[in-house]
Amino acid sequence: MDNITGAELIRACSAIGAGLAVIAGIGPGIGQGIAAGHAASAVGRNPGAKSDITSTMLLGQAVAETTGLYGLLVAILLMFVQPLV
Amino acid sequence: MQGSILLSSGSDIDIMVHGLFSYELFGHEFWITTTHVSILIVMIILIGFSIAANRAMKHASEVPGGFQNVVELIVEMLENMVCGTMGKCGGRFVNYVGTIFIFILISNLSGLFGLRPPTADYGVTLPLALLSFILIHFNQFKYQTPKQIWTDMCSPLPPWLPIWFPINLISEIAVPISLSLRLFANVLSGTIIMALIYALLSKVAYFWPGALHAYFDVFSGCIQTYVFCMLTMTYISNAIGEEE
Repeated sequence: MDNITGAELIRACSAIGAGLAVIAGIGPGIGQGIAAGHAASAVGRNPGAKSDITSTMLLGQAVAETTGLYGLLVAILLMFVQPLV
Repeated sequence: MQGSILLSSGSDIDIMVHGLFSYELFGHEFWITTTHVSILIVMIILIGFSIAANRAMKHASEVPGGFQNVVELIVEMLENMVCGTMGKCGGRFVNYVGTIFIFILISNLSGLFGLRPPTADYGVTLPLALLSFILIHFNQFKYQTPKQIWTDMCSPLPPWLPIWFPINLISEIAVPISLSLRLFANVLSGTIIMALIYALLSKVAYFWPGALHAYFDVFSGCIQTYVFCMLTMTYISNAIGEEE
């Protein structure tokens, strides 16, 4: 264990940090599930408005996805760009 | 892997933008990258389509048929989308929104042909979002009085108590950043996963890259195109306000 250099240690810690950063995906998963569930019940109540409900749901889900994508971006930066090494 | 345009042309994982050749300008070194090449291919496709559409519409007939039908379908679809979202002031923004819609759509779909999608480069999505940002604030200053804008910027509190002004300012500045990062990160994550699959291709993967392409390029690309244009239209409608 003596021959680990500082750069290797930082690279390993960056990999751990990248794994921690994508935990941010939990939030958008819950949010998109709630949006899809409410859209499904809305279609059940009013089947005539299916196309409007679908487009609104997709728009809201895509906006809710943004926070998860920020976590993904941090993970990608840590893994591939490696700003700390 | 230096100099390869296609994503799937090697056995190792390749997700980065590569420089093809460099040149000097005003003492700085600039690179022509793979993004420039893919964007050039997208532009050539779009220009070729526009020339063909122009030629078809010059010999337009009363009863449309063939290619003329396709062009009219696309134009009508874009007009319905913009006017359905923005109401009666939508007609002036059909050109801008339609242009970025078609450009982002073809850019995202270019991943299907093995190119690295141009929108997977932050240097492409940030200018698109900045264009939308400038358009939003140009329309805000055109249709609202400075007093209205100031009241809006201090919004939860009365206008003589501008405690919320810095927070509202930050949320205004966050608009182009979140617009561009959303598109960029979606396309980039699809590109990375496809590159990982292609690196596996010689070992275990046989047919499922097709299904993943259908999701990451076609479905996700179309959704993100729609979302980008939809948010642009919503912000512009908000900036124009209720009057007219």
